[in-house]
Amino acid sequence: MNQNLSKQLQQQVLSAIEANQPLQIQGGSSKNFLGRAANATPLEVSGHRGIISYDPVELVITARAGTPLRKLEQILADAGQMLPFEPPHFGLNATLGGTIACGLSGPSRSFCGSARDYVLGVKLINGRGEILNFGGQVMKNVAGYDCSRLMAGAMGTLGLLLEISLKVLPRQAAEITLVNKTSLPQALETMNHWAGKSLPLNAACYDGENLYLRLSGAKTAVKSAHQLIGYKLYGNGNPFWQTVKEHQHPFFQSKLPLWRLSLPAGMADINIPGTWFIDWCGAQRWLLSDSAPELVRKQTQASGGHATLFRRGPVDCETFQLPADGIMQLHRRLKQAFDPAGIFNPGRLYAGL
Amino acid sequence: MVNTEKHATGASAIDHSMTDKTAATKSTLDKAALITRLREIVAADALLYDEEDLRPYECDALSAYCKLPMIVVLPGTIEEVQAIMRLCYQHHVPVIARGAGTGLSGGATPIGGDVVLSLAKFMSILNIDPLARTAVVQPGVRNLAISQAVAQHRLYYAPDPSSQIACTIGGNVAENSGGVHCLKYGLTVHNVRKVKIVMMDGELLTLGGDALDSSGYDLLALINGSEGMLGVVVEVTVKLIPMPDRAQVVLAAFDDVEKAGIAVGEVISAGIIPGGLEMMDKLATQAAEDFVQVGYPTDAEAILLCELDGTNEEVSEQILIVREIMKQCGATKTRTACDEAEREAFWKGRKAAFPAVGRLAPDYYCMDGTIPRKHLPYVLRRMGELSIEYDLRVANVFHAGDGNLHPLILYDANTPGELKRTEAFGGKILELCIEVGGTITGEHGVGIEKLDQMHLQFSNEELTQFHAVKHAFDPAGLLNPGKAVPTPKRCSEYRQLPAQNKNRPSQNRCEHL
Ligand SMILES: Cc1cc2nc3c(=O)[nH]c(=O)nc-3n(C[C@H](O)[C@H](O)[C@H](O)COP(=O)(O)OP(=O)(O)OC[C@H]3O[C@@H](n4cnc5c(N)ncnc54)[C@H](O)[C@@H]3O)c2cc1C
Repeated sequence: MNQNLSKQLQQQVLSAIEANQPLQIQGGSSKNFLGRAANATPLEVSGHRGIISYDPVELVITARAGTPLRKLEQILADAGQMLPFEPPHFGLNATLGGTIACGLSGPSRSFCGSARDYVLGVKLINGRGEILNFGGQVMKNVAGYDCSRLMAGAMGTLGLLLEISLKVLPRQAAEITLVNKTSLPQALETMNHWAGKSLPLNAACYDGENLYLRLSGAKTAVKSAHQLIGYKLYGNGNPFWQTVKEHQHPFFQSKLPLWRLSLPAGMADINIPGTWFIDWCGAQRWLLSDSAPELVRKQTQASGGHATLFRRGPVDCETFQLPADGIMQLHRRLKQAFDPAGIFNPGRLYAGL
Repeated sequence: MVNTEKHATGASAIDHSMTDKTAATKSTLDKAALITRLREIVAADALLYDEEDLRPYECDALSAYCKLPMIVVLPGTIEEVQAIMRLCYQHHVPVIARGAGTGLSGGATPIGGDVVLSLAKFMSILNIDPLARTAVVQPGVRNLAISQAVAQHRLYYAPDPSSQIACTIGGNVAENSGGVHCLKYGLTVHNVRKVKIVMMDGELLTLGGDALDSSGYDLLALINGSEGMLGVVVEVTVKLIPMPDRAQVVLAAFDDVEKAGIAVGEVISAGIIPGGLEMMDKLATQAAEDFVQVGYPTDAEAILLCELDGTNEEVSEQILIVREIMKQCGATKTRTACDEAEREAFWKGRKAAFPAVGRLAPDYYCMDGTIPRKHLPYVLRRMGELSIEYDLRVANVFHAGDGNLHPLILYDANTPGELKRTEAFGGKILELCIEVGGTITGEHGVGIEKLDQMHLQFSNEELTQFHAVKHAFDPAGLLNPGKAVPTPKRCSEYRQLPAQNKNRPSQNRCEHL
């Protein structure tokens, strides 16, 4: 049921500030596994839901943060549009707010941009209990600092998201997936080679055996790109990418800790023991490994990236890689700027934040 | 650039209260002492302090406001930038970073008693990685120079402000600049991977990284569009994209602006995202045609330029669809550029539109609001009425695809009172943008120009939150102080003004009378 709970939520935040009682913001709880455990009173926000405005010609949708992601995507699909960053749901109850707070993007990321790239504006409650608007419902807006894109990936530590405006795009007319058996180094090279050409390429991954390329665009463009690249057509493209996006692909069925390595796309094979699944043209690599977290982090950093202990990490281990000291200092000051009393999701992103 | 030379007159009229809080008053070194200390950091020819040498730095392309800085320093290395920042930090001297000075909101305009830190010597392209499709460049590199340097790999840097032959990538990051390709390829924030910044206290930090994201808060998003107030950008890694196999532009003429507006929506409804989709009204079209003679139909009420790019087949397919849409929406004429030379000519007119309109009057004032596209007819109609009311002509150049309007108000600063009237008219246009759910600036920034309208778009609580962000980066408030975010005090004073006074420029702005 669509309802506006802004006032109630604001009241709850104000009481929490008053009582000095930190809150753990709960959307659909689909991504509870991600991040450190925030030891705080749960605050349910999924009831605050509904589309506020959507005019397909404007390419902008505004919805309340508790709106189920499924619902939102359905409404866009009915109008022939989509969220170009293909957010993973990781569960049936994923909400828009959680999607943006976690800042996760799907297979199209390296070609179409990330969740934060599509954020145009937010309405939020800050740690002083004030309801604030940043950005807007238009494509271009540079009035004031970009506090709205800052919320993407902040894991709810800077404020409680109430409404989000996103840029949306038309769905492409044609989509096919190509497949080719190859080695890892060859796959990395090939993905990036094609990515540098003017082609309707929209996803590229490697499962340890095969390279998969997704083409998405005008019919004629997809057809001619297929001819140029020449690989075999892969019949089950849609379900395949769905399983990659949602971690339902057999690769992810494991008892080992799952690492997400964010790396420069063209970076050669990294020397960490484990099994790999390469996505985003090489820029996002999934690793199943019980190697020591310090080793994974050190190696990843040395290669110019960062590592997230995505699932099944040992308790009491940081999920996200700690940034350099000066950057961490800025994190603390920004937290102070938005949430001086430390009310929102304490410790979810980093210990002490 | 543009009309700076024409009217860059003395700055004596400017008042110190231009910024709500001038940090300069607290500085603990006088000019002579500061020069001595700076000489220990940079060579003599990298320091300017005589009035005539300072003159070119008194304003940016918004030449109606100007003020001489105390000193201009042109460092050549990051270490020098750090040392200068540390020195100024210790002695409480405000610093203003400056690129090419093409900004249109007074972002790089001095406030007096400050050090202008010019990045003009940072002109090297440090690395090009064709496989990773990135380039590492210094902040003073011109926007167009990047695309030129990587063209050999059939790559380019997408955001292309009309000022791209002059403006710097550092300035682009500071303003989150856009261009005609932004609807499809995004703004600066979408095309920058990593930046190195020097903080006010001299610390060097890296935001973003060589991967597609970095852990923690998205500080890279925050630095884009921060108007030089959070840190000095000293290195930028940009994302490059493959040049399309083919780009083709359709020019459509309309006898009614409203029809052109509808055509824009219809193209997007057809599921086509053009590489560029621009509109010019009659006055702008005529001025551009007079200036560069590219064959624009000067009798049209509005023209649309719609560029389609991609693979050869895709472009052919879409050209037909777009031409058909234009006709159905009542285009009186459509023309497709028959070769690359003609395509460039079509764009040349658009990119020269500001200076072209500038030729129609002694001065022009360039506005920059964004609106939901559907309100375009209403906004244009209201602007026509205001034009009569204020007795000033206005030409319109429009990034139609993403709703970003550039009304250009024509005036003569030498006619007493006309600048004031122009500003009042401009203020009304910005209010109009807010009224229909848009914003007071799409890409030129707030600077000193739109401080008053910030109160209309944001509440005191929101402005206070901006100040808190500023404080997190620059607690002493020394980096480009007084720009972009007005103090709540200024807001309450402004909101209490009687309506008819609202758009009057504050007395502290300088005028060329
Ligand atoms: C004819 C004309 C056409 C234009 N067309 C467009 C357009 O199509 N799209 C658009 O977006 N803009 C346009 N502009 C505006 C302007 O060119 C852009 O804002 C540009 O990005 C400014 O770059 P600059 O190097 O000239 O910066 P400057 O004007 O020197 O500075 C602008 C701001 O950036 C800060 N700054 C500069 N360099 C740095 C740095 N290294 N680190 C930190 N802060 C820094 C300054 O302090 C200032 O606040 C146009 C301007 C003109 C005159």
